[in-house]
Amino acid sequence: MTVNMGPQHPSTHGVLRLVLELDGETVRSASPTIGYLHTGIEKTSEQKKWQQVIPLVERMDYLSAQSNSMAFCLSVERLLGLEIPQRVTDIRVLIAELQRINSHLVWLGTHGMEVGAVSVMLYCFRERELLLNLNEMLAGFRMFPSYMRVGGLREDLPRGFHDAVRAFLDRFLPKLHEYEDLLTKNEIYLKRTQQVGVISKEEAVAYALVGPIARAAGIDYDVRKYFPYLGYDTYEFAVPTETRGDAYSRYLVRVAEMKESVRICRQALERISATGAFAVDDPRITPPPKDRVYTEMEALIQHFLIYSQGFTVPAGEAYVPVEGPRGEHGFYVVSDGTNRPWRVKCRAPSLLACQALERMIVGGLIADVIAVIGSIDVVMGDVDR
Amino acid sequence: MVTMDSVALIALLQEAVPGVQLEHAPGIDSQPTIFVSRDDLPALALALRDRPDLAFTLLAELTAVDYWPREPRFEVVYILVSMEHRRRLRLKVRLHGDDAHVVTMTEVWPAANWLEREVWDLYGIQFDGHPDPRRLLMPEDWEGYPLRKDYPVQIKMTPRSAEPLQVTEEEFRSSLTRDRLSRG
Repeated sequence: MTVNMGPQHPSTHGVLRLVLELDGETVRSASPTIGYLHTGIEKTSEQKKWQQVIPLVERMDYLSAQSNSMAFCLSVERLLGLEIPQRVTDIRVLIAELQRINSHLVWLGTHGMEVGAVSVMLYCFRERELLLNLNEMLAGFRMFPSYMRVGGLREDLPRGFHDAVRAFLDRFLPKLHEYEDLLTKNEIYLKRTQQVGVISKEEAVAYALVGPIARAAGIDYDVRKYFPYLGYDTYEFAVPTETRGDAYSRYLVRVAEMKESVRICRQALERISATGAFAVDDPRITPPPKDRVYTEMEALIQHFLIYSQGFTVPAGEAYVPVEGPRGEHGFYVVSDGTNRPWRVKCRAPSLLACQALERMIVGGLIADVIAVIGSIDVVMGDVDR
Repeated sequence: MVTMDSVALIALLQEAVPGVQLEHAPGIDSQPTIFVSRDDLPALALALRDRPDLAFTLLAELTAVDYWPREPRFEVVYILVSMEHRRRLRLKVRLHGDDAHVVTMTEVWPAANWLEREVWDLYGIQFDGHPDPRRLLMPEDWEGYPLRKDYPVQIKMTPRSAEPLQVTEEEFRSSLTRDRLSRG
């Protein structure tokens, strides 16, 4: 029997369509169809000025928005050859790790709900709400703050941000233990996820799976450790790995990652001073402060130049990989020396996870398809871009 | 982190694949970038993956860039990672606009399957021997290749597959009866 699952199925995390060939309850073949969320962001980016690309790329992988824009900024800053102030780097680490917790919480909630643990979703979204509140405090926008800028940040941290983050971290760790109480030894959850959607170490490499999926299969590849950026080599944290490569291992890896992220956040908080530089001191790139725009001619000209023409980026290409919530991602950016990018290509970890989905579900039961899609944590906005 | 500059890497590759033509491209970021001709690509790819002193087992990214109106206008870019040696490499193939095809890498790196389909879809570069050469993101019946630089940006086109299916009442009823009959 042929079953058309999706594109409007609630467990497909967006609009993924799977044509499943079934024999009883066993999946004989599966062919994923994607492209329903294709919005041509890469083409649109070529028409925009460099800073204008940032809100666009945040909407690609909508669960790791700030991680996306940070990756884009890092690539462009590499082309510009900018020296980013240490404080900005530390703030970026903090934001990226908060974003990882945010993304993993949404994953845990939706995945838990799909395998029958509805209360987990309610709890996870409760904590995620606090993270969105932090985003709102930071930039006035909850999902896509557009707080990153090429050359630094849009503005300085708001007053009381340190305390707000500390309060969240203090509250979050005990809550995480509560989620683990609900799932880690839950008989139903174990039955739904153990030995389900298994992918071997060799296959994970062949299909270019990275991030939590690969780490659940025993590959300790983590860009933060292998190709350190933002000074991650000066932070103390572990890269959790498992060996079985099934959906349950992915759960264990992601939960352990959230704990490591909390550790990194605490270290970053220690390093960030309450006030200080929040962008690179370069009149071509960073707009002058408003009070100077109102009183000085030079600052007014500079303000107009930045907002009307933008800045040019030397011709060349750069790709700075970062470790996003779903594994290595980054932006391959090509410049032709003008004020608009020539090519912006996003490495989409979800696309590759979606490609490998067929290997994980064929031969299994149809009920497991939902558990597997949940466990690989695909974001269709990232798959289709 | 072990670093290895392009010159040493080229020497190693020339030893691995005798007679291969390689060209080092200067890059702003510190990643080694190497141009290879289309004909040398299959042998080089195998050597890159299988030789233990190279071990580029992970194809992190495969994409293309259009430099229209310059010729050769296309560059196919392979971003490779050697997890064992903690090394990255950017491999590039130049292609002419009127002769845009290159051998598929799905045999070497299975991850290339969808990535090559995406490049075919958006740039119209053919991958010879690809097991599933269909469009990936755009509708099947789309005309043109949107990421090409000479593709009009302000285009209005309705894909035929998006038109709703019109069924008359008779057709609907007869299909219902047929369905009931077939189920017995």
